[in-house]
Order: sequence, then C-alpha cells, then structure tokens
Amino acid sequence: MSFVVPKESFNGKVLAVDFGKDDKALIVGGESCMPFLSFEGETPNRPVIAHEIQDCSPDDWPDTVKEAYKDVSSDPVAWASHCQDKLNAKAIALRLVSTHPDRIDRSAEDAAKLIKDVLAAINVPLIILGSNHIEKDSTVLVAAAEAASGHNCIIGKAQEGNYKTIVAAALAHNHKLIAMSELDINLAKQLNILITQMGFDKQKLITDPMCSALGYGLEYTYSVMERIRLAGLAQNDQTMQPPILGDVGMYVWKIKETVAGEADVPEWGTLAERGIAWETVTATSMVLSGSNLLIMRHPSAIQNVEKTIDELTSS
Amino acid sequence: MALTGVQIFKLLPKTNCKKCGFPTCLAFAMKLAQGGADISACPDVSEEAKATLGEASAPPIRSFALGAGEKAVKMGGETVLFRHEKKFVNPCAIALNIKDNDDALEQKASEVASSEIDRVGQKLRVDAISVEYASGDSAKYEAAVKLIADKAPDTAIILNCKDSAAVEAAVKAVAARKPLIYAATEENAEAMAAVAKDNKVPLVASAAGLEALSALTEKIKGLGVEDIVLDSGAGTAGEIIQHNTQIRRSALKKSFKPLGYPVINYVLRDDPILEASIASVAIAKYSSIVVVSNISKWKNLVLFTLRQNLYTDPQVPMQVEQKIYELGEPGADAPLMITTNFSLTYFIVSGEIENSKVPSRLAVMDCEGLSVLTAWAAGKFTAAKIAQFISECGIADQVSQKELIIPGQVAILSGALEDKLEGWKITVGPREANAIPTFLKGR
Repeated sequence: MSFVVPKESFNGKVLAVDFGKDDKALIVGGESCMPFLSFEGETPNRPVIAHEIQDCSPDDWPDTVKEAYKDVSSDPVAWASHCQDKLNAKAIALRLVSTHPDRIDRSAEDAAKLIKDVLAAINVPLIILGSNHIEKDSTVLVAAAEAASGHNCIIGKAQEGNYKTIVAAALAHNHKLIAMSELDINLAKQLNILITQMGFDKQKLITDPMCSALGYGLEYTYSVMERIRLAGLAQNDQTMQPPILGDVGMYVWKIKETVAGEADVPEWGTLAERGIAWETVTATSMVLSGSNLLIMRHPSAIQNVEKTIDELTSS
Repeated sequence: MALTGVQIFKLLPKTNCKKCGFPTCLAFAMKLAQGGADISACPDVSEEAKATLGEASAPPIRSFALGAGEKAVKMGGETVLFRHEKKFVNPCAIALNIKDNDDALEQKASEVASSEIDRVGQKLRVDAISVEYASGDSAKYEAAVKLIADKAPDTAIILNCKDSAAVEAAVKAVAARKPLIYAATEENAEAMAAVAKDNKVPLVASAAGLEALSALTEKIKGLGVEDIVLDSGAGTAGEIIQHNTQIRRSALKKSFKPLGYPVINYVLRDDPILEASIASVAIAKYSSIVVVSNISKWKNLVLFTLRQNLYTDPQVPMQVEQKIYELGEPGADAPLMITTNFSLTYFIVSGEIENSKVPSRLAVMDCEGLSVLTAWAAGKFTAAKIAQFISECGIADQVSQKELIIPGQVAILSGALEDKLEGWKITVGPREANAIPTFLKGR
C-alpha cells in the first residue's frame, strides 16, 4: 500500500473582501479549502490582525494590556498613530465604547468627529465598532459611516435588532459590514440573508459568529466557525461564504485568568504571561477554525499570533 | 479496509446452523459488517477467516496507552476530523522535553510531577517527560532516565534517543513504566524494533514526510511491533496542520493502515508564549502527544484549558458546579441573581455581571446543563425547584435583604416563587444577558 495524499476539493469558496485604500488596502478571505490546507486549495490571503483601540482611556482593561499603551491611550488619535507607526499595525479597530449610554453616552456627532481625526492621522485600514448597544449603535454607526465616507472601512456590528439602519448606512457610504449573531450557525445564516435581501452585496459582508475566550465557551465558537466554513466550502452555501471575524481581545481581557493576580491564584503562575498567552492561544484557535480577521489588544500577543500565522502559511 | 456483508459471508461456513443466534449465515454476516455482532459467536469459523475479519474490524486509528499505571494516557482511537461531528476521544498528552545533561533536570522532573491542577472539576497535568539523549554518553543517559522516573513517579516516559544501544539500556532501566521510544528511523529501524518488541514497549516511527513514514511503519510492523506512534518530521505549524490532517484523513476516510496510529509532535520553540501558540495548533489538529521545551504554571493552564475545551463532548452540554458564585466582592446587600448551570449560560451571565462592575452573587442551579428556557420547559427550572434550592443552599443567612432576581425569560415564575419562598422578594431581571449591566447599575 503506498501513500496517496488524501485531497478534498470543494465547489465553494470564501469570498474575498477588501478594505482600506491605496497601497495599504487589505484583502481577507478568498480561500477554497479549510484553514491552511494549501495542499488542496488556494489560500491567497493570510488572516489579518487589527489592533484594537478605543475612544476613551481603557480604564476597564486589565493592567497587563493597559500598561502596553499607557503613554498614548488617553488620546485615541495618538493611540492609532502609535499602533500604525510603532507597532506596524496592518489595520486598526476603533471601538466607540464611550458612546454607550452606561459609559459616557458620548454623542454620534462626537464619534463622527473622532473618526475623521483618526482617519486623518493614519493610512492603514480602519474598522469602526460601536459600543454593542443595539439602539445607540444604530445612530452612532450611521454617523460613523458618513464620517468615514470614501475610506472603505469595515463598520459594525450589525445585529438582528439594528441591522436595517446600519446596513443602509454602509450601503450609502460604500463600507464593508460586520454582521454579528450569537453563537449559532443558523442565526448567522439568517442575518446574512436578511442583510443581502436589503440589496447589500454579500461580497461586502463579514460574519462575526461571536467570539469566546479560551475556557469560556471557546469550543462553541470554534465549532460554529468550522461549521460555517464547511457549509460555505463543501455545501457551497452562498450565504455562509463571507470571511469570518474573531473579535478576540474584548472577550479575553475581562476573564479571571487575565485579571487575577498571582497572589490570589498562585497555582496559575505569573499574570502578565498568563494574560498574553491567553489572548495568543484564543486567537490561534480562531484562525485554525476559520477566522480571516482578528481584533486583538496586546502587542506581544499580536506578535506571537503573526509568527504563528507565518508558520501556518509558510509551507 | 472494512468488509461488506457479502465479503464476510464468503468467509463463513455457510451451514446456516443458527448457533450464532441468527437464522442464516448471511444475516450474521450482515450484522458483523455493521459491527453489531462478534465473530466469536460462530463456533465453526476458520482461524484464517477470524484473522481476516479481525484485521478488517480493527479501529482505523490504533489505540493504546502512553505510560503505565493509573495515570497512563490513552491515545488514538479517534473517529472524526471535526469535533462537532462527534467527541474527540482521547485528549492528547502534554510532554516536557528534558536534556539528559540539563543541570536543572531533577527540578524540572519535580515540576512535572507537581503540575496537576484542577479546572472545572477535572484534574489536569503534564502527562509525560521526553528525555533527550544530548550527552552522547549512554551511561549518563540511563542515569538521567532513572532519576527522572524516580522524581516523577506517575509520569509517562519518552526516550528521545536514536541510538539503539543507549535506548536499550534505558528501556530496561524503566521497563515497568512502558516508556515510548523516540524513534525508529530508516537507518535504525531493525535495531529499534527489536528493542521495542523484546521489551513490549511502543515505538515512534520517524521519517521525513508521509510517504517515507508509511513505508517505515509497514516495515516496523513487519518486524513485530504493533504499538506505533507517528512522527512525520513536521516542524512548522503549517507542516503540523497539513501532515496531521492528511494522516487522520488517510486513516479514517481511506482506511489506510500504515498511518492508522497516534501522532507525536515536537513543538520546541525558544519563546515560551510562541511555543504555547504552536502547541495549540498541535492540540487542535490531531496530535496525541505534544512535546514542549519548557513549562510554567501559566503555560500549563493555557494548554490544559485548550485541550479540555476541544475535547469536550459537543453533544453533552458542559455544566458548571451548582453553587452561589461571588462576582466582585459582594457585601450582604449585593444583588442575588439566579440562573441554570449550562456552562455557556453561566459564562455569559457572569461575564455581563462582571462588566457591570456591580459586586453580585450568582446562584447557579443544577438543571443538567440546560439553558434557562430549555430547563424551564423541561420542568427542571420551576418555582418549586428554585425555592427548594434557595432554601437549602443557606444563602438566606448571607444576605441582608431577601431578594432574588430571576431571568426575564421566566418572568412567569415570579408569582409562584413568592408563594413558595416565604419572606423573599422576587424581582424579574432582563430577558437577555447583555442588558444585565444596565439593569444592575440602574438599581
């Protein structure tokens, strides 16, 4: 018996979505095989990691990751420039947390102004995220889409409760759109269908099936992502072919493993390494299960995942 | 290759004697093909037919243990490529590589021996030590292996040594521990196979690429070694995912026996966090033994957790322990909320409570791992059962005001609960977890 490489070929293909402008534009997706199996399909674009910043000081972030940005994080524009110029970020994700009614309840107009300032300071692609407040996001993201008109950004997240206004804004200002549902392949599919039925091009969609941190439901996200990929590739389900987002940082940097000091849990070892490794391994798991785009926080974690992706795409 | 019913029928006596319990030999053959009967039920079948059938019915990935005793790690026996199809069966072993001339050898072995931690009710540990023949001195190697075996008495041993004479001495020194030999190569296959066979220990076949590896496992099997572990020479993360995927697919989908064995991956890297990341590729992608160059408490926790997550049964809801969880540092007047013990429900609800920054208590009730609405529908999250849990758990003594916040999805229970829980005020909380921060802060 001699060995024959067991290849699988699929009819379906992940859609390739570009964002950003000019020579800094990026493309995610486009593969015709399961993640990193380049012996049996095309894998034209490596996963992209966007550095997460937010529109106010990250007082709610744990020390390990707050420390990494302490000199710049009081000013979102300086923070964005720092990520681009010092950390070589390929993309930046700006989360408008302060617009949340429970935070500062900053207005949509303020958010729009900040977006213009950030866009003026950077030339890498920008992802604009709301505060995950269904009603507020539908006004904030509409203003954001307008402010970023012409920059080919990714905006999000459109959810079942607010997708109509956000889709319309993305459509009007020619942005890409993140459609987010909660850990259920059928909900993800349904939302993609609803959005495309509004006339939004499926080639401009990014699916966020909801991330979870290692140890906190990671296996659900992992399997939902794998199933979405298989549906898009093996069953050629057109509604399941957008690239997938793994919004890693915000789920990792709040759990006990990234917060609790060594004095409280001596059996867990040093806090800084633990937190960085937690984000690294969560993110690596996400690219293995199908994520094309990651949003991450800690520079060292990002570096380690980039190195892992280097290895995954080298052979 | 699995045989069809008709192929099996041809091997049977065709006497229709009914001694097997089936009306005809053909019916028996059909049942055998489905795996619903055992060939030993036929008293008249030839030895030759038995052997043929035994070979055909062997699991596609051979299963055996790494190490000996209670903490031996079962390997192989996997049946799927994706965990949503069916549970991944045998969680991979995590192993630490130690050089025989490492000055910190004893200390490292002790760290492995004491690496056990508890995570959501499971005891997890570094399972094995790979002792590397770096000194070039076989007496030194044997002594190092003995010392490590002594310092880590429950840990499986991997003899990372391609010198068959040095391996032989080391195997004999710790034979009772059933060490795994790493490795047989094209060059030393005969000698290594002889050592493995004589001492009844498993053997890694190591070759560059899957074609050479397939030929090597056939050769080793021909030399009488059955318990084989595969090393395809995968170095980069890309090679690990590609080789391991091809190995598992060949075994499961093509019934390709030469690759129907567990896999070992050495993922040694200088940077400990990068090493954890590459190890996670091997854990997720079908490795049975993942060998790292250094361990530490945080790293063990990360790798154990990933392994535990990916090896949970996707068809059985993960559960958390029934108890009152304290989030933040709740005082006597902190809010008390209740939910079910489906792990995902717990993670989402507790996460949102933490987001709110309002110190709170979360009563998690055993509902066999069902979510709130499902548990309510199944009669496991009812007013009577909630009342019993709250009364018996003793929480009444820890709070200054008896107020219980129930999930908005089961608002309907509030009246009945107030009747059953005398002296308690029942408050209906939000329907969705993401509204919890607003709810808690607004109180």
